[in-house]
Amino acid sequence: MIKGDRIFGAFMMVVALGYILNARGIQTSFMSDPVGPRLFPYLVGAVVMIAALVMVLRPDPDEEWPAGPMVGQLGLALAVLAGYAYAITPLGFLIPTAIAAGVLSWQIGGNPRRSVLAGVGLSVGLFLLFRVLLGLGLKALPAGMGF
Amino acid sequence: MDTLANLAMGMSIALTPYTLLLAVIGCFVGTIIGALPGLGPSNGVALLIPISFSMGLDAVSALVLLTSVYYGAMYGGRISSILLNIPGDEPAMMTTLDGYPMARQGKAAEALVVSGVASFVGAFLATVGLMIFAPYLARVAYQFGPAEYFALYMLAFCTLGGIGSTNQAKAAMSAAIGLGIAMIGLDKTTGMPRFTFGELHLMDGVDFLVAIVGLFAVAEIFHFIESHGKDSAISVKLGKILVPWRMLRQTSGAMLRGTGIGFVAGVLPGAGASLGSFLAYMAEKSVAKDKASFGRGNPKGVAAPEAGNNAAAGGALVPMLTLGVPGSGTTAVLLALLLTLNITPGPLLFAERPEIVWSLIASLLIANVVLLVMNVPMVKVFVRILSVPAWVLLPGVTMIAFVGIYSLTGSSFDMLMMVAFGVLGYVMRKLGMPTVPVILGILLGNAMEDNLRRAMVLSNGDWTYLFSSPIAIGLWTAAVLGFVAPIFLRRLLKKPAMPETDPTLNED
Repeated sequence: MIKGDRIFGAFMMVVALGYILNARGIQTSFMSDPVGPRLFPYLVGAVVMIAALVMVLRPDPDEEWPAGPMVGQLGLALAVLAGYAYAITPLGFLIPTAIAAGVLSWQIGGNPRRSVLAGVGLSVGLFLLFRVLLGLGLKALPAGMGF
Repeated sequence: MDTLANLAMGMSIALTPYTLLLAVIGCFVGTIIGALPGLGPSNGVALLIPISFSMGLDAVSALVLLTSVYYGAMYGGRISSILLNIPGDEPAMMTTLDGYPMARQGKAAEALVVSGVASFVGAFLATVGLMIFAPYLARVAYQFGPAEYFALYMLAFCTLGGIGSTNQAKAAMSAAIGLGIAMIGLDKTTGMPRFTFGELHLMDGVDFLVAIVGLFAVAEIFHFIESHGKDSAISVKLGKILVPWRMLRQTSGAMLRGTGIGFVAGVLPGAGASLGSFLAYMAEKSVAKDKASFGRGNPKGVAAPEAGNNAAAGGALVPMLTLGVPGSGTTAVLLALLLTLNITPGPLLFAERPEIVWSLIASLLIANVVLLVMNVPMVKVFVRILSVPAWVLLPGVTMIAFVGIYSLTGSSFDMLMMVAFGVLGYVMRKLGMPTVPVILGILLGNAMEDNLRRAMVLSNGDWTYLFSSPIAIGLWTAAVLGFVAPIFLRRLLKKPAMPETDPTLNED
């Protein structure tokens, strides 16, 4: 039986190996201390290695992992959040926020009409709160469209 | 009477109408954050740091606002514990044991008042304790050199991992992940880039606020989508709020005992409020004559853990302020706040910027009084707010997380990194790995390496220097014990079965 701990442990071993190899390439200057900039990363990498080995050899009982449609849902949420990170600078606050909040609201509550309301409401409400009340520098709309 | 003079000085800074207003707002927001299931003190404060920073608040105002939020969240956690049987945050878990049964017997109002007063007693006395012990510990901390600090950081990681997790390997892994992330960026001593892969955004390192908000707040959204945010409805009717004087008198002993235990648990690095409330409950149960009624709505079972939980929150500030080593997840976030404000906690803070320390302590006292007023007569307001559905709340929280990071850094790269930390937080929680050590690693990683390297410079590369002073040896011993002992203690101290609690909780 495959366990989450084993996969994560194996993955972290690869990461730690890459980390240690990368640390070997850290340049040091002529004015360094007895320890230098590489040793601490080596130590950290070693701790990850040991802990990962324990996780692979003695995994805990598995949690229930999402399957099928739920993976799609989580993937969608991830895509929405990542897209939002890209969209907010060029498109301003209101439109991306309404879309992102609406999608997330639909994913949690499952009711399309309520989600549209939640998305638009949160977008406008948070904009008023942050821009008008707290004075943060947010742009409302895409550049060239209104204020 | 140094303490009193200092306190008067702190009060004179903190008692202006503007800071009082901030304290009231902070307490109100904090209580809401604490009461809402899925939002605890850690992610509440984490969400608000970038926002208060972009608002341009000065150091004292930001401290007052966010410590009020911190204490408010500690108070608020009990509300949903008692009414919904869902702890608002992890330290409030023990309060569900007797709080919810009391609510079902129609004594919800009494439970809320008793727990509110217990929170006040715990938090207030702990703040007094902080006033007395912190300057003393700060004087001891003057004797700490790099070797002692390195050992102290080890102690923090070991005890936090050892006590907070059920699997030592996973705790060590979490801490190492955090430390590994902290290494990214320019090396301070040599000025050479490490692990930046030529990416300019990584030259300054990974911003700990990005990591904190990602791990605490963004991870939450994935959990809620998975659990479909079980609509939380209040099934308990709340009658008129009357102060049950008799019950308060009966439980006063429990409150004081809980406070003492909680304060000690809070001062120990890594133990934190969850352990404080757990030990306070267990101790109260073992000394009580009516053991059988615990778990069935005994008011003492509400008073003791609430006092313990809030006293631990105050106690945790002692090592955080004097040594720069947080005692729990939430104090780790408060440490992040101080670092953002360019305040370095440690013994020097007490000597060089006493106005910061004492206005913080003064604002804690003020916040407690405000919270007592808010949480006893006005508790109904918060009960109403609890009915905000998850499908509005969670998207709102996520958007606030983005706004905070966006207005702080303005870069898509940082927001993407925050989302990546959210995924990491989700996976880690699925695997039962604690996320707090990651935060602690990112926060303390550079200081820890720096102290190690300075120790080696002082000793010319002699490793035995790390174990050369009695303080260092004591800290190393405690670190090893803190990491290893829980393996054996875990069998002795089995947590009592929870009456079906929500798995989507935050670590304290």
